[in-house]
Amino acid sequence: MSKTLFEKIWEFHLVATPEDGSTLLYIDRHLVHEVTSPQAFEGLRLTGRKVRRPDLTFATMDHNVPTVDRLNIKDEISRAQVEALRQNCKDFGITLFDLDSEYQGVVHIIGPENGLTLPGSTIVCGDSHTSTHGAFGALAFGIGTSEVEHVLATQCLRQKKAKTYKVDFIGQRAKGVTAKDLILKLIGLIGTAGGTGHVFEYMGPAIRALSMEERMTVCNMSIEAGAKAGLIAPDDTTFQYLSQPNRRYAPKGADLEKKIGHWKMLATDEGAKFDKAIAIDTSKLAPQVSWGTSPGMVVDVDGVVPEPGTVPTVAKKDVELALDYMGLKPGMKITDIPVDVVFIGSCTNARIEDLRAAAGVFKGRKVKSTVKTLIVPGSQQVKRQAEAEGLDKIFTAAGAEWRESGCSMCLAMNPDQLQPGERCASTSNRNFEGRQGKGGRTHLVGPEMAAAAAVAGHFVDIREWV
Amino acid sequence: MESFKSHRGVVATLDRANVDTDQIIPKQFLKSIKRTGFGESLFFDWRYLPNGKSNPDFEMNRPEFHNASVLATRNNFGCGSSREHAVWALAQYGLRAVLAPRRGEVPAFADIFHNNSIKNGLLNVELKEAEVDEIFEMVRRFPGLEVTVCLEEQRVTLHLPEEISFHFEIDKAVKDHLIRGLDDIGLTLRHESEITAFEKRHDAQFLP
Repeated sequence: MSKTLFEKIWEFHLVATPEDGSTLLYIDRHLVHEVTSPQAFEGLRLTGRKVRRPDLTFATMDHNVPTVDRLNIKDEISRAQVEALRQNCKDFGITLFDLDSEYQGVVHIIGPENGLTLPGSTIVCGDSHTSTHGAFGALAFGIGTSEVEHVLATQCLRQKKAKTYKVDFIGQRAKGVTAKDLILKLIGLIGTAGGTGHVFEYMGPAIRALSMEERMTVCNMSIEAGAKAGLIAPDDTTFQYLSQPNRRYAPKGADLEKKIGHWKMLATDEGAKFDKAIAIDTSKLAPQVSWGTSPGMVVDVDGVVPEPGTVPTVAKKDVELALDYMGLKPGMKITDIPVDVVFIGSCTNARIEDLRAAAGVFKGRKVKSTVKTLIVPGSQQVKRQAEAEGLDKIFTAAGAEWRESGCSMCLAMNPDQLQPGERCASTSNRNFEGRQGKGGRTHLVGPEMAAAAAVAGHFVDIREWV
Repeated sequence: MESFKSHRGVVATLDRANVDTDQIIPKQFLKSIKRTGFGESLFFDWRYLPNGKSNPDFEMNRPEFHNASVLATRNNFGCGSSREHAVWALAQYGLRAVLAPRRGEVPAFADIFHNNSIKNGLLNVELKEAEVDEIFEMVRRFPGLEVTVCLEEQRVTLHLPEEISFHFEIDKAVKDHLIRGLDDIGLTLRHESEITAFEKRHDAQFLP
């Protein structure tokens, strides 16, 4: 029988089917960070349980980490959380990429770059953006703290099988249109709950043409459409990425060749059935900008702020609430919206290609004097690579701030926060009320669009610059 | 975990769709390493004024809702971040059940939030849109309205002069889990020999 990629990975990880009708699914990689793990480790201590597979569990600190003077966390509660993770990793024998590690970074950036993320595997983390790893054809999804404890203790999860959703990006994107625009457009079309209960499989020529890092941007935001996970079948782009020497945990040499042979079978069979499907003509896409307080509230950069009642996936009242919070009026041109802050970072867009793209815009230009611009690399490896290429010099010469790696202003748990009323062009993944700081207003965009907004002081159609 | 069979209490309303977990419990409260103390911070940015006083314009702050233990709200509740702190905050505020509608193809609850709720004995009840509309209307007409959420019979009853009841569907495994208040990890560890056997053949294929 023909099977989807999701079904193949699912079946490969079936351990048992308990009497209650759920499924025990084996987990190949468990990534842990400081915010959603302390209560799980505490649970293990209270019950006298051990971590079953410390060799499959990897931890880092990212959410709380300051991006300036990072080893010196001034917020006592943040520091306590970071110290708790350090102690827990020591007590339970887990590999930790600590603050002083050359491999520290945002958990979803360091997994792939260290070769921990492999095709056909199952990956979980107490973080909804775990969907990022699906770019390799891994079944990767976010879990809550109780499930973190469950995986620590059993290396399994009790799961109900998700449905499948085919997302076909036909045609090729035009110049100035990025991976971020593909995923924002999808969320805009189907809404923030359009994928609930489903695992996406992204396919089509526009997906095949993406680099690994661009694929990660797409899969990263699967959760913003409500999906459990997003998958892209591995191909030569994937295998080349995994063959690079710095993928420390990936198979090497003959072992890698043998595994690539297996991984090539990780594709949806011809004739396999999906529960749902959508096709998007990539050639017609424009750069996207979010105007509201939910990632589905997006519009083309050459469009206008919508009228309540005219957005198919959002109720009239919710549009009104969003516009009120965002301080926007219907009919206003997107390119007339001024910005106070620009944030280039996060697990969505803080890899080296994102920084190169932003640097391409900043080169020979200056950040507008009224705009505060933060550039936060996704990991220490990304930071070193950017500095080796001189990107940091381009950023600072333009007047942007070059910071240390972490989640930073994506969720503003560290000192990088918007002030009430401040408006930010952000390469992150969520424009929820208060996400980047209480009262802050977030507009989601790709890295080039964010850089251009920093220079112009308002949104610009990047297609006019490239 | 506390088991859930049937619960009667005051129902509060929150008339918003797509309530995300960042709203349910903002980031600054995620720094705790404990599992308790989140109830006071539930809906912090909506619930309190900048001076720390209770915000009179926030729906759940109405006096008739002060002892509410059931929340009626709109579709796609709990979307966004995976933070289980959102469920801890709702439960520690005193809520035992959340009622929300499926709206067309949009489910009542987001996936991760729903999973987290089950682990903490917070019952998620998906109703029809017209039924939730009716609950909102009845709460408006009868402030302090009490409802009974009976998981065993899969029924929500509005205690009006003339009672109204709505049937709801729920996954059998979830129902069983909540009624028995089971410890998942203990249950899974009963499959220890299957896990070990799986690891033997799987490791050889998977590990470098």
